[in-house]
Amino acid sequence: MSELANNFGRRLHYLNADYGVKSWLLTRDHKRIALLYLASISLFFALGGLMAVGIRLELATPGADLVQPDTYNRLFTMHGVLMIFLFLIPSIPATLGNFLIPLMIGAKDLAFPKVNLASWYVYNIAGLFTLWAVAQGGVDTGWTFYTPYSTTYSNSYVVATALGVFTVGFSSIMTAVNFIVTIHRMRAPGLTWFRLPLFVWAHYATSLVIILGTPVVAVTILMVAAERILRIGIFDPALGGDPVLFQHLFWFYSHPAVYIMILPSMGVISELITAFTRKRIFGYKFIAFASVSIAVLGFLVWGHHMFLSSQSVYAGAVFSVLSMLVAVPSAIKVFNWTATLYKGSVSWDTPMLYALGFIGLFTIGGLTGVMLATLGIDIHVHDTYFVVAHFHYVMVGGAIMGYLGGLHFWWPKITGRLYPVFWSKFSAIVIFVGFNLTFFPQFLLGYLGMPRRYHVYPADFQVLNVMSSAGATILGVGYLIPLFYFFWSMRYGERADRNPWGAIGLEWMTGSPPPTHNFHEPPTVDWDAYAYLPDTPGGTGEAWDAAKPTSEAPEHG
Amino acid sequence: MKFWPEQSPLFPERATEIAREVDAIYFFGLGIATIFSLLIAVLVVYFAVRYRRRHPDEVGEREQAPAWLELVWSIIPLGILLVMFAWGADVFFKARRAPADAVEYYVTGKQWMWKFQHPQGAREINDLHVPVGVPVKLIMTSEDVIHSFWVPEFRVKMDVLPGRYTTLWFEVDRPGIYRIFCNEYCGVEHSLMRGSVIAMEPADYEEWLGGGQPLTALTRTGEQVFAEKTCNTCHKDEAAALGPSLTGLFGTEREFQDGSRTIADENYIRQSILEPRAHLVMGYQALMPTFQGQVDEEELTLLINYIKSLQD
Repeated sequence: MSELANNFGRRLHYLNADYGVKSWLLTRDHKRIALLYLASISLFFALGGLMAVGIRLELATPGADLVQPDTYNRLFTMHGVLMIFLFLIPSIPATLGNFLIPLMIGAKDLAFPKVNLASWYVYNIAGLFTLWAVAQGGVDTGWTFYTPYSTTYSNSYVVATALGVFTVGFSSIMTAVNFIVTIHRMRAPGLTWFRLPLFVWAHYATSLVIILGTPVVAVTILMVAAERILRIGIFDPALGGDPVLFQHLFWFYSHPAVYIMILPSMGVISELITAFTRKRIFGYKFIAFASVSIAVLGFLVWGHHMFLSSQSVYAGAVFSVLSMLVAVPSAIKVFNWTATLYKGSVSWDTPMLYALGFIGLFTIGGLTGVMLATLGIDIHVHDTYFVVAHFHYVMVGGAIMGYLGGLHFWWPKITGRLYPVFWSKFSAIVIFVGFNLTFFPQFLLGYLGMPRRYHVYPADFQVLNVMSSAGATILGVGYLIPLFYFFWSMRYGERADRNPWGAIGLEWMTGSPPPTHNFHEPPTVDWDAYAYLPDTPGGTGEAWDAAKPTSEAPEHG
Repeated sequence: MKFWPEQSPLFPERATEIAREVDAIYFFGLGIATIFSLLIAVLVVYFAVRYRRRHPDEVGEREQAPAWLELVWSIIPLGILLVMFAWGADVFFKARRAPADAVEYYVTGKQWMWKFQHPQGAREINDLHVPVGVPVKLIMTSEDVIHSFWVPEFRVKMDVLPGRYTTLWFEVDRPGIYRIFCNEYCGVEHSLMRGSVIAMEPADYEEWLGGGQPLTALTRTGEQVFAEKTCNTCHKDEAAALGPSLTGLFGTEREFQDGSRTIADENYIRQSILEPRAHLVMGYQALMPTFQGQVDEEELTLLINYIKSLQD
C-alpha cells in the first residue's frame, strides 16, 4: 500500500492536498464543505448564545432592569430564529453528516458535490440576510411568527427575517436530496441497508422529513409576506382571513422540524454507545425502524401545539393520542441504548460522557413531552416555562449534547489531532451541571404559573429565575472551554492515528485526516455494523481485527 | 382526592375542582416521568461502572438479545401512554365543557388589557369580580391579536382570538384574589397584560354589583342596538319577513341551502352578522348586507346576547 505524500514529505490528506482561500471557497470535497459549515453554524450558535445571555440577565430580576420590553421581545425572538433555523437544523447533518456519510458508506464523495457547495452558499446568503434584519432592529414576533401579530401588528423586520428563514430552507433541501441519493446509490459493495451504521439511517429519516416538510413552511412564509406587504387576506380576520390556519401550516413543518433536530443526534448517540461499549448495538433493526417511524409519525402530531387554539376538542383528542404513539419509538431507542451498556466494555472517554448525559436528559425531555401531550395537563402548562424547559431538554440536552459528543468523537478523524483529555471531560461535566441548573427550575416555574415570553414577572417567581440564570452562566462557561481547546488542538494537539478509539466503521479504516477521495482503494464490506465479535450476527472478526488498538495492521493511508 | 397537601411551594393554590383533577393527572404523569428517568439513570450509571473497560483492547460480551424484550418495552410504555391519554382527555373535556347553568360573562382582550362585561351589565377592566360556588362561563374574543386567558389557581386557560368566540369556565370554591396572565405572546407589553379574578361570597358579590356603576341590563341594550342597526326590518316574527325569525333560534340546528347544518351558537350568530352569505338558511334569499366594520366587538356581544334572550 503506497503512501501518498505532499511536497514536504508529509502524508497527503484533504487538509493539505491544496492550500489557499480559493481551494476552500471553491472546494467540492464534502469534508471541506463540512468544515465550512462548521465555521458558519458556530458563528450563529455564538450569536444565539449571546442573546440567551441577555434573556437570562434580564430575568434575574422581576422588573425591567436591563432592557426595554421591545428589546427583550426581539432578543428572545432572534435567539429562537438563529438557534433553530441557522444552528440546530443544519448542525449535525451539515457538519458531521456531510463529513461522515460518504466515509461511512465507502464512497468518494456525496452524489452531487457542486450542489453540496451551493447549499453552503445558500445557507450563508440566508444567514447574512437574517443578520442584516437583526442589524436593522430585528424582529419581535417570537420564532413562531403567529398571525395576525406578525402580519398586521408587529412593527419590526418580519419580512426580512422570514425571507432569511425561507432561503435557509433551500440549503436544507439541497443537503437532504444529496444524502438520500448518496445513501441509495453509492454504498460500497456488500454494504446492504441493514449493515449501515445507524447514523446513516438517522440521516436518511431526517432527509425525508426535510424534503417533505420544508416546502410547507416556505409557502407559509410567502403567505405571511403577501399578507403583510400586499394586505391579501389569508390569516388576519380583519381582512377575512383565519389566524388558526397559520398555526396549522406552521406546525405542520415546525413539529417535524423538532425531529429534524433530534434524529441526527440520536444517530450520533447510537454510534457513540456502540463504539464505547465495543458491542453490537442492542436491537439494531428496532432502532433503525424507530428512526423511520418517528419521521413518519412526526407529521401527524402538529395539532398538539394547538390544543387551546380553538381547535375542536375531538381534534385535540386525536392529536393527543397520536403524540403518545410517537413516544413509543423514542422509548425503544432509549431502552436499547441502555441495554447496550449491559455487559459492554464501557469506556468513559469524553464522547461517551456526552452520550450518557444525552440518554438522561433526552429521557427527561421526552417524558415531559408526554405530559404536555396529555390534554388535561396541557390545559394548565401550555405556553408556560414548563414548555420552555421541556423543549430545551430535547433541543439542548438532546440535540446539542449529541452534536458535541459527535464532534468530540470524530474530531481526531476530522483534524488528525487529539484534544486535552482533562479539559474535555471537565467541560462535559460543567455543561451537564449548568444545563440542569438552568432548565430544571423552569419546569417548576411553569407549573407555578410563569408564562413564557414574559419580560417582567411577579416577584414570587424570582428565586427559581435566579437559579436558572446562575445555571446559564455555568452552561455558558462550559460551552466556551471546547472552543478554546479545539482551536488549540488544531495546532498543538497530539497527532491521532487512524482509529484512536478502537471503533468499527469504514471511517476509521482510512487515515486521520482522510485523503481527499476518502479511500485509496474502494472498500468492500462483508460484516454487519458494529461486529466486534466473530460470533455476533454478521461478525467475521475481520472488522475488529482491523479496528483493535493493539493490531499491527498497516496504515491504509 | 385529598391525600396530598393543598399548599406547597411547588404548585399554585387550588381554587377549583378542576384544579384538583388537573393536579391529580399532573402528579401521575410526574410520577411516571420520575420512575422512568430514575430507572434509566440508575441503569446507565450502574452499567457504566459495573462494566467499565479494564483493558485497552477489551470487547463487550456477546449479547443474548431475547426478542420478547423489545416487545415488552414497547407494549408497557404504550399501555401507560394510553392511560395518560384517556385520563387527560377526560379531564380536558370536563374543563372545556361548561355546565348548562353557567352564568355568562363576556371578555374582550386587546393590547394590553382585559375588558369584562357582567351579565347584569356592569363593566370592568382587568379586574373580574365573580361569586364563589357559581359556574362562570367566559365568552371571549380579541380586538386585535391572539391573547390567552389563564388563571393558574384554576388550572384552565384558553386562547382568545380575533374574529371568533372561545369559551372557558370555572367555578371558584373559595373567596380570594387570583392572578390572570395573558399566556399568548401579544406584543410589547405582553407580560403586563395581567389582571385579577376577585372571587366573593354571593352576598358580597350582589352588594358589589349594586354599589358599582348604574346598571344597564345587557339584554335591553342589545335590543337598542338591534333597533339602531334596523335588524328588525327583516328579522321579525311574521311569515312574510325577508329574514328568518330569530325567536328561539339560539341552540337549534340550522339547515342551509348547500345542505350543510350547524348548531346556532355564538360563533354562528357572529358570522351571520359579519358574513351573512357564508351560510344561507333554507327558504331565504341572499339579501342581508354585511355588517363587517359597522358593529364593534361590544355591539356584537350585545346583539348576540339579545338574540339569545329571544326565546319562545
